[in-house]
Amino acid sequence: MTLGGDCRNCRLMLAYALRRVLQSFLVLLVVGLVAFSMFRFVGDPVDNLLGQERTQEDIERVRADLGLDDPFLVQYWTFLKKAATGDFGLSYRQARPVGDIIAERAPATLELALVSGTMAIFFGVVLGIFTAIRRDGWVANVIMSTSLIGVSLPTFLIGILLIYLFSVELGWLPSFGRGEVVDLGWWTTGFLTASGLKALILPSITLGLYQMTLIMRLVRSEMLEVLRADYIRFARARGLREKSVNFRHALKNTLVPVITVTGLQLGSIIAFAIITETVFQWPGVGLLFINAIQFVDIPVMAAYLMLISVMFVGINLVVDLLYFAIDPRLRADRTKAH
Amino acid sequence: MSDPVLSIRDLTVEIPTRGGLLRPVDQVSYDIAKGEILGVVGESGAGKSMAGNAVIGLLNRPAKITGGEIWLNGTRIDKLQGENMRRLRGKDIGMVFQDPLTSLNPLLTIGDQLTETMLQHLSITQTEARKRAIAALEEVGIPAASERLDSYPHEFSGGMRQRVVIALALCAEPSLIIADEPTTALDVSVQAQIIALLKRLCRDRGTAVMLITHDMGVIAETADRVAVMYAGRLAELGPVREVITAPEHPYTDGLMGSTPLASKGLKRLRQIPGSMPRLTAMPTGCAFHPRCPKAQDICRHDPRPRRDGGRAACHFPITHSAEETA
Repeated sequence: MTLGGDCRNCRLMLAYALRRVLQSFLVLLVVGLVAFSMFRFVGDPVDNLLGQERTQEDIERVRADLGLDDPFLVQYWTFLKKAATGDFGLSYRQARPVGDIIAERAPATLELALVSGTMAIFFGVVLGIFTAIRRDGWVANVIMSTSLIGVSLPTFLIGILLIYLFSVELGWLPSFGRGEVVDLGWWTTGFLTASGLKALILPSITLGLYQMTLIMRLVRSEMLEVLRADYIRFARARGLREKSVNFRHALKNTLVPVITVTGLQLGSIIAFAIITETVFQWPGVGLLFINAIQFVDIPVMAAYLMLISVMFVGINLVVDLLYFAIDPRLRADRTKAH
Repeated sequence: MSDPVLSIRDLTVEIPTRGGLLRPVDQVSYDIAKGEILGVVGESGAGKSMAGNAVIGLLNRPAKITGGEIWLNGTRIDKLQGENMRRLRGKDIGMVFQDPLTSLNPLLTIGDQLTETMLQHLSITQTEARKRAIAALEEVGIPAASERLDSYPHEFSGGMRQRVVIALALCAEPSLIIADEPTTALDVSVQAQIIALLKRLCRDRGTAVMLITHDMGVIAETADRVAVMYAGRLAELGPVREVITAPEHPYTDGLMGSTPLASKGLKRLRQIPGSMPRLTAMPTGCAFHPRCPKAQDICRHDPRPRRDGGRAACHFPITHSAEETA
């Protein structure tokens, strides 16, 4: 590739990335508006703060202190400014900064999501390719039939079944909690202890099984589609090895649609962690959110909403940039080809 | 003439279906000599592409060769399996497909696709392969070949892409090229260029060409001999001039009558009544007899009129006077 071409691509990529980042910010602004509205529409915060015994002066003082008399837009702007620095106020229930509570809980959820996401992508892609290439083999057929279970069983049921089998009957793995964690100061990890790793197994399978089967079925159907394409026939007609036809020519072409869905699925792994965390009493943000709902702890709920949307938007951004890296046609659409 | 590059003897391809056994290619025989271009014509479904796919070993399941022999440069290849057949593809038999827009992988540069093909078949280095790829692109008339090597297929027009496809088919110097409707998907203005290019390259290298098309004009321009196929069977086989000016098989005669050719001047086009039988409902006897103006009782019963000496597989070939064929 010539140097000029490289620079042109870099510039295009940068412009594209900037545009996508801008769009992401817009999405976050809208989600922020929703999160902010919760404070205004789910009860009056002054009621929550002052309780039953209060005077009119108290109410007015608190309203002024908290800036609740300011115009809507000013309040929204203040909320955004604070949210951007991770300040979501005090939890109604724990009376501690929400940012701290979330920061305490986030490592548990992120580690769980990381392990189950990696598992889902790895096994999903490998099994998808396998069942597409060996589509008439009995192993592929067994995998495909079994995958229906993963798609159709609800997450909590899978979790309970796993607990019953591996914790209650066999007694191999713990049924709840994170096990021993190592505190690194800013992060607590379960990766460094045997009990922490053991505790990760069942929740990760529970959380990732649905995504894995979904990715697998998607990879398989995309791959079958691509294997029928003319350029695959032409690759075969040129005498290329099956390995090269399947992996160099077919796999890359299956990736674009697979990345789209996989990106969205990773977002929902974090969001769906709520159910898994409840089943396994996993001390993550999902469990925190469920408890916050029970106690109408609005600041925690708002912070959780923002956190999840940042994750979704971030993953989508990465996905879009990946397209750009994989598909040369996207790069060319902006500049007219010769 | 020396030994033919490709020799097909009584090739039969069958597809088992629930409704019974279909026979898209039925006891077809022809040879292609070194440097010769054999045109294979016929309507859609006449079995011309299926025969080509059988030769290169790319029949889609469940279709398979159930009879006859295929010889390439004196080696029998119809029984070759897997790896052995793969090594022949690209190396000894090249193939050009119909649609250049879909036959190149959109995510790999054309340089990648050329070098991987060459590295697969020739014992050369990466640098050498790149050099040869540039030469191959120049040969098929891609301007600024060394710069275009790193372009992706979408950066080329349809005609240019078909040139790339031809370069790919020829890059390991095969002795036979199967060109399956190579111009059908192209603009009319580009068709002649591509045909001329294919003809020149194959003449220069002495490559044998199986040119599959339904375009009689392309055949008349390009081919040395022509094989006319009808419902999976070979109707007529002979030198192009003779088949066009003096067809012996009533089907070929009908086909020529319905084709506008400049050499014949402006005449009202004839049409053959009816349509080609489906594979599921083949008539007894000669496949063409229900539409044939010369059909007799024997045509309805004898399934296999032979081409004994003559060009046409017909009991009642059309005879032509000497000046007609001249």
